[in-house]
Amino acid sequence: MTDAADALIAVRGLGLERGGKALLADLDLDIAAGHLVLIEGPNGSGKTTLLRSLAGLSRLGLSGRIEARCDELLYLGHRAGIKQLLTPRENLAWACRSQGWDPVHIDSALDRVGLSGRADLLCQHLSAGQQRRVNLARLHLSFDARHKRSLWLLDEPFTAIDRGGVAALTDTMAQQVRRGGAVVLTSHQDLPLDIPLRRVVLGGGR
Amino acid sequence: MSNQPPALGAFLGASLRRQLLLAYRRPVDTINPLLFFLLVVTLFPLGIGPDPAQLAEFAPGILWIVALLASLMAAEGMFRQDYEDGSLEQLLLSPQPLYLASLTYTAAHWLVTGVPLTLLSPLFATMLQLPVAALPVLLLSMALGTAILSLVGSIGAALTVSLKRGGMLISLIIVPLYIPVLIFAAGAVRFAAEGFDPAPQLLLLAGMLSLAVALAPFAISAGLRISVDAG
Amino acid sequence: MWTWFHKLGSPPWMYRISGRILAILLPLTIAMLVVGAVWGLLYAPMDFKQGNSFRIIYFHVPASVVALAGYYVMAVAGAVSLIWRMKMAEVAMKCAAPVGAALTFLSLLSGAIWGKPTWGTYWVWDARITSMLILFFLYLGVIVLYQAYENKEAAGKACAVLSLVGMVNIPIIYKSVDWWYSLHQPATIRFTEESAMHSSMLQPLLLMILAFYCLFTCALLLNMRSELLRRGASTSWVRGLAVN
Repeated sequence: MTDAADALIAVRGLGLERGGKALLADLDLDIAAGHLVLIEGPNGSGKTTLLRSLAGLSRLGLSGRIEARCDELLYLGHRAGIKQLLTPRENLAWACRSQGWDPVHIDSALDRVGLSGRADLLCQHLSAGQQRRVNLARLHLSFDARHKRSLWLLDEPFTAIDRGGVAALTDTMAQQVRRGGAVVLTSHQDLPLDIPLRRVVLGGGR
Repeated sequence: MSNQPPALGAFLGASLRRQLLLAYRRPVDTINPLLFFLLVVTLFPLGIGPDPAQLAEFAPGILWIVALLASLMAAEGMFRQDYEDGSLEQLLLSPQPLYLASLTYTAAHWLVTGVPLTLLSPLFATMLQLPVAALPVLLLSMALGTAILSLVGSIGAALTVSLKRGGMLISLIIVPLYIPVLIFAAGAVRFAAEGFDPAPQLLLLAGMLSLAVALAPFAISAGLRISVDAG
Repeated sequence: MWTWFHKLGSPPWMYRISGRILAILLPLTIAMLVVGAVWGLLYAPMDFKQGNSFRIIYFHVPASVVALAGYYVMAVAGAVSLIWRMKMAEVAMKCAAPVGAALTFLSLLSGAIWGKPTWGTYWVWDARITSMLILFFLYLGVIVLYQAYENKEAAGKACAVLSLVGMVNIPIIYKSVDWWYSLHQPATIRFTEESAMHSSMLQPLLLMILAFYCLFTCALLLNMRSELLRRGASTSWVRGLAVN
C-alpha cells in the first residue's frame, strides 16, 4: 500500500513474537483515509495481536515501529468494555467523557443500534448481542464527533450480531470510510460492501 | 463541533461518579471488608483473653493489623472487574492522562473501603477497650493510613490483575510495603492512648501519603499497561 | 507518536565479556573469601564482651550489606530495562533477585546462629534482623511475581516496576523499623558496632565486605550467563557454542 505521507497509521518492519514463536515478520502497512482493511488469517495467526498493537495496547514481543497520526483511535475488542452494573446510557456517558465525545448524541446512537427502549436497563439484563450493540454505539458516537481523521480498529465486530445489525454496521463502516476515516477489522464473515476492500493476510498460525 | 481536547475535569468527575455508582450497586464489596474487620476484632478477645487492661494495651496494634488485612482484601479485587470486562483497555486507550485516571480510581476505592473503615473504627476500638482519648487520633491515623494503603494496594492490584492466582501473590508483594504505615499509625494510636504527643507519627503518615499520591500513580499506570498487554 | 524498539546489548558479546571477567574475578573472590575468613576467624582479636561468637559478623555483616546493595542493583537494572528497553538490563534484574535473596537468607541465618550464644534465643525482633526479614520478603515478591507471569517479557517489566517501588520504600521501611525498635526496646545490645570496633577487627571485616561484593558480582554474572544461554537456545550463537 502506498501514500505513506497521508497515512492515518504507518507500520514499518513490524515483527511480532509470542511464546518464542514468530507470528509476523517485517510487515509494512499504511492505512490511509478512505481505507477499509480486512485482516485475515487462521486462528492463532496474530490478527488480534496485530490489531491490539495498532491500538497501542500490545507492545510485548513487538519490533519495528508503528506511527499513528490519526485524530482519534477507536478500538473495540473481544471484551466489550461494558459495565454490567451500569445502564447503556451510563456506559456510553463515560465513554463520551473519556474520548471527548459530545454526550448529546447518546440517544441517537442508542437508537441507531436499536436499543432506544433499553437505554436505562442495567446491562446485566441485556442479551449478549444487545451488549455488543451497546459497544457498537461507540462507533456512532465517534462518527458524530466529526473527527476528520479517525481510525476504527474492530476485532470481530459481527460476533453475536443479528443479520439486520450486520447490515447496519457495514453501512456505518462504509460511511466512516467515505467520509475520510479508515476502518481496520478482523472478521470471518464476508462483507457485503461496495467499497474496495484491502486485505492483509497473515500466515499460518501453527 | 467537539473537535477540541476532551475536558479533563469532566472526565475525572465522571470516572469518580462511575466508580461510586458501581460500588453503590454492588454494596457487598464495601460491606465485606467491614464485616471482616468486625469478625477478626471478635477473634482477638477470644484468642488472648477478655482482660480489659490487656486488650487496651494491644488495641492499637490489633486495630491496625486488622485494618491492614481488610484493606489488602479490598485491594485484590480493585481492577479485576475492569480487567475482565474490557473497561481497562478502554481506559488505557482514552486520550486522558492515565496518571490522573488511576489516581481517581484509587480515590474512589478509598472512599468506598477506607472511609467506612475509618468511620467505624471508633466502634471497634471501644470494643477493644481503647481509651476514649485516643479515638480522635485513631480516626485521623485511619483516614491517612487507609489512603496510603489504597494507593500502595492499587500498585499490587495493577501488577497482578492479569494473573490467575493473583490473590496470594498480592499479599506477598504488598504486605512488606504496608509495614511503615502499620508501624507509624499503630505507634500514633499507642502514643495517644498512653498520653504522649502523636503529632510526629501523624505528620510522618501525612508525608508518606503525599509521597504515595505523587509516585504511586506512575507505578499503577505502568502496572495496568503491563497487565492489559500480558492478558 | 513514534515508538522505537531497540535491541541494545548483544547476548554473545555479553557472554564472551562476562566469561573473561569471571576468569579473573572468580579466583580473586575465592582468595579474598579464604583470606578474609581465616583472618577474621583465627587471627582477629577476640571480642571482649562476646568472646569468639562475635566472629560470625565476618559473614553476617557482609551478607547484610551486600544483600541491601543487591536490591538497589536489581532496581536500577529494572529502571534501565524500562526506560531504555534494554534486554540485558532485564536479564540482570531477573538474575540479581535470587542472588540477593540468598544473601539475605544467609544474613538472617547467621544472625540467628549468632543470636543463640548472645541473647540465648535464635530469634530476636531486633531492628536490623527485622529489616532484613522484610528485605527478604521484598526479594521473594519479585521472584514470585516473575514466576507468576507466563509471558516473560511482561514478567520482566512487572518486576522492574515492583523493584522500583521497593527501592523507594526501602529507606522508609528501614527508618520505620528503627523507630519501632527504639520505641519498644531501648537498645541494650547493638547488633554491630563498627564505629567502636578496633581496626584489627575492622580490617578483615572490610576485606570480607569487598569479597562479598565480588561474590555477588560473580554469582550475578554466572546466573546471567545461564539465562542468556536459555533465552538464546534457538539462536545461532548458542548453537555455535554447543558445536565447539
